[in-house]
Amino acid sequence: MEFEAPAVQLGAIGPEIALVTTALLLLIVDAFIPEGEERWYLAVLATIGFGVAIILAANQWGERELQLARMVAVDNFATFVKTSVAVFAVLTVWLSRDYLKRSEDEESEFYALLLFAAAGMMLMASAADLIMVFLALEIFSISLYVLVGFRRRSLASQESAMKYFLLGAFSSAFFLMGIALVYGATGTTNFYPGGGGEGIAGYLVSSAASDVDLLVLGVGLLIVGLGFKIAAVPFHMWTPDAYQGAPSPITGFMAAGTKFAAVATMLRLFVVVLYPLRADWRPILIAVAIATMLLGSVLAVIQEDVKRLLAYSSIAHAGFVLTGLIAANDRGLSGSLFYLATYGLTVLGAFAVVTVLAGRKERNVTLASYRGLFYERPLLAGALTLFMLSLAGVPLTSGFVGKFLVFGAAIQAGYWWLAVIGMLASVIATFFYLRVLVVMYMQEDDRGLQPAITGRLANSVVGLTAAATLVLGIVWGPLIDLAERATVFFA
Amino acid sequence: MTRVDPGYFLALAGLMFSIGVVGTLVRRNAIVIFMFVELMLNAVNLAFITFARMHGELDGQVLVFFVLVVAAAEAVVGLAIILRIYRLRESANVDDVNLLKW
Repeated sequence: MEFEAPAVQLGAIGPEIALVTTALLLLIVDAFIPEGEERWYLAVLATIGFGVAIILAANQWGERELQLARMVAVDNFATFVKTSVAVFAVLTVWLSRDYLKRSEDEESEFYALLLFAAAGMMLMASAADLIMVFLALEIFSISLYVLVGFRRRSLASQESAMKYFLLGAFSSAFFLMGIALVYGATGTTNFYPGGGGEGIAGYLVSSAASDVDLLVLGVGLLIVGLGFKIAAVPFHMWTPDAYQGAPSPITGFMAAGTKFAAVATMLRLFVVVLYPLRADWRPILIAVAIATMLLGSVLAVIQEDVKRLLAYSSIAHAGFVLTGLIAANDRGLSGSLFYLATYGLTVLGAFAVVTVLAGRKERNVTLASYRGLFYERPLLAGALTLFMLSLAGVPLTSGFVGKFLVFGAAIQAGYWWLAVIGMLASVIATFFYLRVLVVMYMQEDDRGLQPAITGRLANSVVGLTAAATLVLGIVWGPLIDLAERATVFFA
Repeated sequence: MTRVDPGYFLALAGLMFSIGVVGTLVRRNAIVIFMFVELMLNAVNLAFITFARMHGELDGQVLVFFVLVVAAAEAVVGLAIILRIYRLRESANVDDVNLLKW
């Protein structure tokens, strides 16, 4: 029998390969460093890995094809997400460098797990097969389970890791059952037609698609699995606990990266592949989005812990970005991309400020400990002010432009009432963002809160994200332009 | 040889999945909860194989291998996390782990 070797185009997953290789290198290099030696070049190595990944991803801009046995889509959309995730991860590495310094924790393992997680998120953005989505999802989830529990002596960290893990595994099972049902209904797990199969997209336009009950049930279970990852109500239970117990830099990365990767998959799956089925998935997602926006905003109001407050805020933001997805038009797609890219930078910055103040021991994370911060550290307080205003969606910040785009897309699609509910939730949310500002500026404290981390790298992360938040709020054109060109899918 | 209707296998998979969901929600020991999650994953495997049989192709059986590998990786990390909690707390009961709430 003649054996024909399949064409393996490893270039399609070049960025992911770069990250995984760097991660393995880190673990080997670390083994050769003597005990107690300064390990700054581990962070440099990780940064180089991400740099190579960004270059490789940027090189794929403009391509439009399916590769690796039709498992991986190489398109502008994937490139946009991959580059953003790599930028988030680099900032996290720099922040973690000062966070981990002089601690007994293993730096190399921390960076390696971060690299693996970022590789999973990148793969998620270009996955063109449900089983590929599942693999990518598990690659970054399993890495994050470990990272959340990285503070080994802290019971809170261990507790959050266990909650995140048990609920994560639970939701993965739902996601898998969804894949099984979709496979049962359509006979394929591939997204796009071609290569001898019709794919899910092809099945939906073919005549066989008259009976879609099983497929809709499967899609519902997929929403459960993905909704868990983006922290949408009612699958949000783990979010506050995991965010509070995790090391602060990782919390920022989870809020920025996980959300982007999971929403990216949802955009590809629902807006592109399952578009003919929108009458079935739209009502589910609308209910989820409304509950997410309102519950996230309302519950954040009563939080006393800053990390928990930001966790509920990230739940609310998942709801806002879902309105762009529900609109399911071009503006919704590019708006969601812009929203997630800018939200990621802002939330990373907010958690960078929290990290700088909290340090390794994760002290001073209550709202009360931020009293009078402005008089102690005006620059840090100023940066946090900017992040809070951006999260609230005040004009001249990137958060305003993002909200404007997704709500505008919802109105264009005829869902003006959804946009109204979103604005209402934003108003509620403004209350607790302003509360942070009131605590920082209007209340005095003679305790004199001092930053636990004084490293230059951590401060530069705060500065860079603050600059990005401000600049993208004033000069939004180029990024929107990129996001619009990123809506070119393989389809 | 008598052929068994694939519907029975799907019903069994659905039953196993439901038992897994209920067990995860009502049990209090982290290890037992994890066992119920594994039961759910095995229900998915059975569903994959049954659907592959109904479609008359091998794809579904290949997917089972992916599920098995990922479940094994997940078990490694999950059991390590539960073990860590047990070392710190002398208990694997999820009700005893209650530092973080609201």
